[in-house]
Amino acid sequence: MSFVQNVPFFSIILSMFSGIVSSMLPAKAARWVNTCLIVAVGLMSGILLVYLTNTGEPFVYWMGHFPAPWGNEIRAGVLEAGMALFFCLIMFLSMIGGRRQLADEVAENRQNLYYILVDLLLSSLLALVYTNDLFTAYVFVEINTIAACGLIMIRQIGRTFEAALRYMIMSLLGSGLFLISLCMLYDLTGHLLMSNIKESVALLVAQQEYTVPLMTTIGLLCAGLAIKSALFPFHSWLPDAYGYSTVSSAAMLSSLVSKGYIFLLIKIFYRVIGFEIIAQSKIINVLFIFGLLGMIFGSMSAIQENDIRRMIAFSSVAQIGYIYMGFGLGTEAGMTASIFHIFSHAATKSLLFVAAVGLTDVSKGRREFIELTGSAYRNKMAGIAFTVGCLSMVGVPMFSGFVSKLLFAEASIGHAHKMLPAVLVLALSTILNAIYFMKTVIRIYVPDYRSDCKTITVKNQKVYALTLLCFMVLNVALGMLSKPIENWIHSGLAMFG
Amino acid sequence: MFGPNLFTNYGEAVSVILFVIGFSNLLMQKNLIKKIIGLNIMDTAVYLFLAEKGYIRDRVAPIVVDGVQEVEAYINPVPSGLVLTGIVVSVSVTAIMLSLTIRLYRRYHTLDLDEISMLLKKEGR
Amino acid sequence: MKKNSAFSRWFYGEKDTLLGKVEMKPQNGHAPRAGEIRELMEERRLIREHIYDVEDNQKLRLFHRLYQAAAVVFCLMLMLIMLVVVSWLPENGDPDNPVNNEVSARYIENGLQETGAVNIVTGMILDYRAFDTFGESNVLFISTVTVLILLHNKKKEKKTSAEGGMRADKSIYEENLILQKIAGILVPIIVIFGIYVILNGHLSPGGGFSGGAIIGAGLILYQNAFGFEKTERFFTEKTYKWVCFVSLTFYCLAKSYSFFTGANHLESGIPLGKAGAILSSGLILPLNICVGLVVACTMYTFFAMFRKGDF
Repeated sequence: MSFVQNVPFFSIILSMFSGIVSSMLPAKAARWVNTCLIVAVGLMSGILLVYLTNTGEPFVYWMGHFPAPWGNEIRAGVLEAGMALFFCLIMFLSMIGGRRQLADEVAENRQNLYYILVDLLLSSLLALVYTNDLFTAYVFVEINTIAACGLIMIRQIGRTFEAALRYMIMSLLGSGLFLISLCMLYDLTGHLLMSNIKESVALLVAQQEYTVPLMTTIGLLCAGLAIKSALFPFHSWLPDAYGYSTVSSAAMLSSLVSKGYIFLLIKIFYRVIGFEIIAQSKIINVLFIFGLLGMIFGSMSAIQENDIRRMIAFSSVAQIGYIYMGFGLGTEAGMTASIFHIFSHAATKSLLFVAAVGLTDVSKGRREFIELTGSAYRNKMAGIAFTVGCLSMVGVPMFSGFVSKLLFAEASIGHAHKMLPAVLVLALSTILNAIYFMKTVIRIYVPDYRSDCKTITVKNQKVYALTLLCFMVLNVALGMLSKPIENWIHSGLAMFG
Repeated sequence: MFGPNLFTNYGEAVSVILFVIGFSNLLMQKNLIKKIIGLNIMDTAVYLFLAEKGYIRDRVAPIVVDGVQEVEAYINPVPSGLVLTGIVVSVSVTAIMLSLTIRLYRRYHTLDLDEISMLLKKEGR
Repeated sequence: MKKNSAFSRWFYGEKDTLLGKVEMKPQNGHAPRAGEIRELMEERRLIREHIYDVEDNQKLRLFHRLYQAAAVVFCLMLMLIMLVVVSWLPENGDPDNPVNNEVSARYIENGLQETGAVNIVTGMILDYRAFDTFGESNVLFISTVTVLILLHNKKKEKKTSAEGGMRADKSIYEENLILQKIAGILVPIIVIFGIYVILNGHLSPGGGFSGGAIIGAGLILYQNAFGFEKTERFFTEKTYKWVCFVSLTFYCLAKSYSFFTGANHLESGIPLGKAGAILSSGLILPLNICVGLVVACTMYTFFAMFRKGDF
């Protein structure tokens, strides 16, 4: 066994251990530990990605002295390693980009606790990415939920408490459904390990045994994860949570936490149930419909919103709708498009949150649109970055959003029943996106030289500007290198098999 | 529509009914404490379900007695382990919900989530 | 473009969704000043009437009705679906069910030899599936972190505000003679029983989680009877931090060692000892002690945070 294969285990344990150690450290040291951890895990995941691309074979890793159905096990393929690398990258940039706000908005004596939460959030994301066992996934889903709740309410104002509470309620409903359907699945198949469940499920479907409970259970499992990842009718907690938490938290919540659940759902589709079975079931039709509804209603709410952060948050609802629509198509191409959209949305949404904070900073901290007039002149870098994010969200060529929209359109064309609604809603949603994002861009570029607001130049905030630059480069890179990424997603999905 | 085992599986039936009761309480109650009680009912129902799943007729708890190690002697140990994990998760989550409730109550002097939202709107930003 | 049309107001960002619907003036904080409590009560009554103003608000009434009907229908549907699922599940208590397969068979048949634990469940959660259990301890750890974020008072505030409370505390505790006498008898027994449960986790029902909860309950009883002054002598923030840190670090390192050797197919070299003895079953006993300490401290910390906001 090659030493590189220890990487998944090292990254999970290292992030947990840093969380534990950080509880004894002062805030500054905890921040260093956190930064080093993210960089180290990112580097290790990169090495693992290269290794896996060369060997082309996924591997399993025993957690303990016992083989798979008895002991715990983690598993890594190309997609998992790439996902871990990407999560680290986004987390690193979000943490750096929001560092100054963090110092202002979080009380001094609670800052080291913030870094503990981030460390454990990273560990839970990595575990969700790598795990090969459904019950392990449940435990880490809970860590993810609690960490996210902590990230929301670390900025202690009334709004965040309410948002955290609403978030907890929705998440717990989701976890409850997830847990009971997990137990039912265990009862039907007798296993908790993903590969073994898949074998049993295939056997049960072939023998036509337990069809009713099996399908209902799978449906409940998907419903639980959909609730947790804020699919359209369950998004009521989202605007407050993203809108009022400190900016690093908002960026990480929108781009990492919900994506962790969605990635788990993809794993469940491929590794627990089997993609053919899920593609033939009616469950994906339900996901498809809610995805479409989310795409429209999310954008509608965003149009009515008067607060820039909340507008970006509502746009997340629409984007999660896109992802579920891709699942709902039930084809390999749809899945590829959804996975690509996970990347492009994560890169763009965190860019938007970080840039929006730059704009509100030069408008006396106000977030209403009228106050933001001309803010792009006062903070040029943030203005450019925000524009790039908006263009990407709307789907202008060269940026990542364009590629994912293209992939969605390609995937839906030729689909027997779902082509018309998918393409229509895609077009409609693009128009709605354009309306509210372009309005914002125009608003921040309307000349309004206010003397009472401070001006921020690149020189004043070098790190912040560099972060935004990295985000933009990432965004354009995703847009330009779409073909290799697409191929890589294909090979990753093949490794799930 | 119903399968053959509804009455033999009465334990599971009770547990899913309790699950739905807890689920609906968590979803629909306005009072935060009642919501938390709903959460606990829901979690406990899952433990009942798991305990029922582990049970096998005429067998005893999985603690080796007198060196007997036949499969026929003991019930399935896996669900017991899962229940243990579930309990710990539920305790943690309940503690967090309660402390959030305490903070909101101290600030707004009410346990009604709608009222809290209204007060927040009045407060402005 | 007309200056006041809905579109231009939306375009210039002047649209205010709350305009005319709520009182827009920002309020001062809700610190209960003596004379204003009555006013606050009155205000809350008004708010309550505003939210639940069912009689005058046709739309709201319709919404309430619809909501209630939808809620009932939803619950009944969910219950029906779940019952249908249950009715198709394998028969309860049948030895031939899918759950009773090779997985549980190996736990029962070889558990004692492979883990050294007489209690098969303990062997399972702390050896076969130890990664889950480590995740679980982290759930406890992170939930304490969030509770600390929410309820932990700043140190300076504590001295001024808690002093008054402490004096009030004292008078309460001096009166509770019966509670104190009984607690004096019970607390040692409870704590010793908790320690027994932890130490025998691999031999009999129990283990770190249950034993830790028992010790935590003992500590809480002690605090209730004698007050924070007594508990502060041995349990402060520092104690909590160190105990949690040391136990979790040990847990993490020990399990990392065991995972690493296991995955790389090396011998772990940890003796399992003679089955049935207290000092047996390799890492399970120390891990149980660690878990027990963490759980006991966590339980007491939750209580102290809810009660006082400090240790």
